[in-house]
Amino acid sequence: MDSNQAKQHNLLGSEAASERTLYPYVTGSSVVAIKYKDGILMAADMGGSYGSTLRYKSVERVKPIGKHSILGASGEISDFQEILRSLDELILYDNMWDDGNSLGPKEVHSYLTRMMYNRRNKFNPLWNSLILGGVKNGQKYLGMVSMIGVNFEDNHVATGFGNHLARPILRDEWHENLSFEDGVKLLEKCMRVLLYRDRSAVNKLQIAKITEEGVTISQPYALKTFWGFAAFENPTVGAEGSW
Amino acid sequence: MDLNKLDLNAPHSMGTTIIGVTYNGGVVLGADSRTSTGVYVANRASDKITQLTDNVYVCRSGSAADSQIVSDYVRYFLHQHTIQLGQPATVKVAANLVRLIAYNNKNMLQTGLIVGGWDKYEGGKIYGIPLGGTIIEQPFAIGGSGSSYLYGFFDQAWKEGMTKDEAEQLVVKAVSLAIARDGASGGVVRTVIINSEGVTRNFYPGDKLPLWHEELEPENSLLDILNATSPEPMNI
Repeated sequence: MDSNQAKQHNLLGSEAASERTLYPYVTGSSVVAIKYKDGILMAADMGGSYGSTLRYKSVERVKPIGKHSILGASGEISDFQEILRSLDELILYDNMWDDGNSLGPKEVHSYLTRMMYNRRNKFNPLWNSLILGGVKNGQKYLGMVSMIGVNFEDNHVATGFGNHLARPILRDEWHENLSFEDGVKLLEKCMRVLLYRDRSAVNKLQIAKITEEGVTISQPYALKTFWGFAAFENPTVGAEGSW
Repeated sequence: MDLNKLDLNAPHSMGTTIIGVTYNGGVVLGADSRTSTGVYVANRASDKITQLTDNVYVCRSGSAADSQIVSDYVRYFLHQHTIQLGQPATVKVAANLVRLIAYNNKNMLQTGLIVGGWDKYEGGKIYGIPLGGTIIEQPFAIGGSGSSYLYGFFDQAWKEGMTKDEAEQLVVKAVSLAIARDGASGGVVRTVIINSEGVTRNFYPGDKLPLWHEELEPENSLLDILNATSPEPMNI
């Protein structure tokens, strides 16, 4: 009863108090991306969680932006959808100049960083971690922006749990000029670990590739998992009652 | 029941079970009919499936006031849009208008909606718009507090390409299962079927719904039971 009364007071009080995003509702899990020989590879699962419920299982969290970039997002899906609308407008106006120029990944990343940082300053963040990757004029680019506007570029990036589980693998096994096959296998290794160890992961993912030629986003697919350890079948041998 | 803790002034909330399902030819929308104020059932026969246009309806859940005002605004905008467009609005446009309001007022609104309808371009379509204002097109959608009990059911029972009758039976069965377990859902099951031919509203009162585990056939009175079962003589 007290909390209901408190809520009512807030609504009647100053409008400014309600002008802030308090918490996310429908959220996407990790995104992982790497530079490889011909461009960028980015992987994300298709889950949209609602708290602890795995509510939506066909959410596309990697999208092409213009001709030269792909954007992957984790965090609040409605904010990601809004960002896609803003970027759509940005690309449209860029095309309307019809001057032969087109926004490259570096420019789009910069735009996103400004958008995220300025919202953070108003205490009304877009609740996402974004990964922007692309190729323009032979130059590969891979960057990340967080919901508070922290941004950087690297050869491999990840959001959320991916930072803790995938990046250590990438630090060990990533190298310059990975082939497409090796890149995909490396990403799948990361995604499998996330599937085992991240509660909000779902076994349905897409891998996106961007090269000078263009963007390809794979059809949704599932990874095989391995459970055949002897210790898994009999975990409490020698220690009855343990887990 | 601690009378001090009973919040009889709590905002009207439709605990609710709402469902939208596409079938080959259109959509079926379904909902329960309970609106509660705290623990009191303020309305036991509410209509949670609200019309937006001739061909698009919305299932409302969460705060009754919020969902009503959102539908009112969207109906108003869609009416103008239809006049300007010169033909019926598409389901996608209706859903995106709902999203716009839901997203831009996300701090203040507490309502989850399922928009469903039929238009000549895309046929039957269902769009889920949960809290926060995400828009997501789905072959079927469930929402409201009662939907927690239906995820497993739909994982198993849903299939692509059902007929109109199969789809409606599925919806009625599902809402009825949710009512059985969710205290915030109850009353009657209402369905709305939308296809190229038009809109059909159906009504399934509580006593016409199937009985589930530990539920008994309703009787008029104990007296009927006592009178009916006059013991048979043993036949040795």
